[in-house]
Amino acid sequence: MATDKHQKQESQRGAKQGRSRAASPVRHYLDYQRRVAKDAARRLWQAPIATSMTWAVMGIALALPVALLLLLGSLQGVSSGWESSARITVYLAMDVPVAEANELAGEVEGDGRVMSVELVERDQALADFRDSSGMKDVLDFLEGNPLPHTLLITPEESARTAQGVQSLVTFMEGMDDIERVQVDLGWLQRLNAMTDILTRAAWALAVLLAAAVVLVIGNTVRLAIENRRDEILVAKLVGGTDAFVRRPFLYTGAWFGLGGGVVAWLLIQVSFWWLSGPIERLAGLYNSEFALNGPGLEGALALIVIAVLLGWLGAWVAVKRHMDDIDPGDIAGG
Amino acid sequence: MIEFRQVTKRYDSDHTALRQVNFHLNRGELAFLTGHSGAGKSTLLKLIMVMERPTAGEVVVGGQRLNSLPKRQIPYIRRHIGVVFQNHQLLFDRTVFDNVAMPLEVMGVSPTDIGRRVRAALDKVGLLKKEKMNPMQLSGGEQQRVGIARAVVNKPPVLLADEPTGNLDPELSADIMHLFTQFSQVGVTVLIASHDIALINSMDRRRLTLEQGELITSSGVEHGGVSGH
Repeated sequence: MATDKHQKQESQRGAKQGRSRAASPVRHYLDYQRRVAKDAARRLWQAPIATSMTWAVMGIALALPVALLLLLGSLQGVSSGWESSARITVYLAMDVPVAEANELAGEVEGDGRVMSVELVERDQALADFRDSSGMKDVLDFLEGNPLPHTLLITPEESARTAQGVQSLVTFMEGMDDIERVQVDLGWLQRLNAMTDILTRAAWALAVLLAAAVVLVIGNTVRLAIENRRDEILVAKLVGGTDAFVRRPFLYTGAWFGLGGGVVAWLLIQVSFWWLSGPIERLAGLYNSEFALNGPGLEGALALIVIAVLLGWLGAWVAVKRHMDDIDPGDIAGG
Repeated sequence: MIEFRQVTKRYDSDHTALRQVNFHLNRGELAFLTGHSGAGKSTLLKLIMVMERPTAGEVVVGGQRLNSLPKRQIPYIRRHIGVVFQNHQLLFDRTVFDNVAMPLEVMGVSPTDIGRRVRAALDKVGLLKKEKMNPMQLSGGEQQRVGIARAVVNKPPVLLADEPTGNLDPELSADIMHLFTQFSQVGVTVLIASHDIALINSMDRRRLTLEQGELITSSGVEHGGVSGH
């Protein structure tokens, strides 16, 4: 066939030129991918308002749950700080003499879970109270000392967990001559429980908003597909594979995702910066080390990667749903 | 190169577009496909391009049976078939060059090769100087020639044309036909659907005439009575 001759000449010429280039098919493929990606980016750039609106929608939808999760993460940081400084206060029975209290303190100190025990004798406690409370006159009216001996127990580091402290409390309560064991972890447990609930709610919100992002991108890409219907038809007609026809739209989705991720990150950074002053003041009032933790470098990267994946997924859904509808058979007429 | 064996195509609504069509076109053969509109010309072309599948019978293009072709293989078959449309299906959002480059781009040809081959195709149809223009700026005949350049740019062994001269005056039509003749001379199998009887008569080539889905073969004569198989 005469075309064969043409093709042979063609390929020989091609081969000669090809040798000077790096004829690696991988490189060629990457070049091609880069061209498609660049073209997709250029198309977005040509419609700056529509593109930035999509980015903004995506950014807000992503920033909301991420900010919430970061906030809750910071709160958990607080509670773990409190746990580590937990001290157990043990009030002895009123009729326990000093010698016995000392003995008891020694016994408790021998326990493996206990780092140190401080005995506050009742007279000492009354004196401290008198000095610090400013109720000197009132206390003078009392007939005797209403305060018991008190043991202040600091647990070993390994025992400074909610369960560890709890088991120590149970142990102390089981001992003789103990009136009451107090550890003010109740509020901490409630806070933890609340944070757990809120974290779950935030995750649910994150999943819902991620789905919303996928749908928004899907719809935007669907419009892009409609706009380029003729081009898709012709590409299919001249032998473009499905992958070839889909690729530009998948890149479009990924670019939407990238922009959305960056917008989300910016929103989080700005709002955290805006909140950080008042929060520091509030934390200062509570004598707390609490600080809002931003996403950090890794968090920002993860956020952007997830956003890109969501954008890609949205485009994929749109492409899957609408690309197959475009059939070159429509062109040829009846 | 193109072979139909007892091909029948029936659409859902009891409408039979083609009935037991048989024919065989060799390499380098140029043939006309004629018949009234609705006689099944478009269906026949669509079967070759795998836009439709036959209800019965076999379509073979380049030795490949299209009936059993898996869907994902279809694009690769289309790369061997150039198609020219009456309304040329050019994209007006890009230059003449980019329009002609499309078949090469879907094949992943490198940009340097694309440039060389697109210019060769444009040169062939005499539009080399207009590569940077938008197809909208061209005349009807020129647009059709851009469509032809796009159909042959990847040197397909088969060229189909659906009413390629439908909107053109006789002189331009003759030019276009001359181009098709040249392609067939270098070995391309060319099948032209047309009802421009005057033009077909002037060419004295093989003629496939369809009448209500049946093939009535006639050669050189305007109306033959020989029934198809």
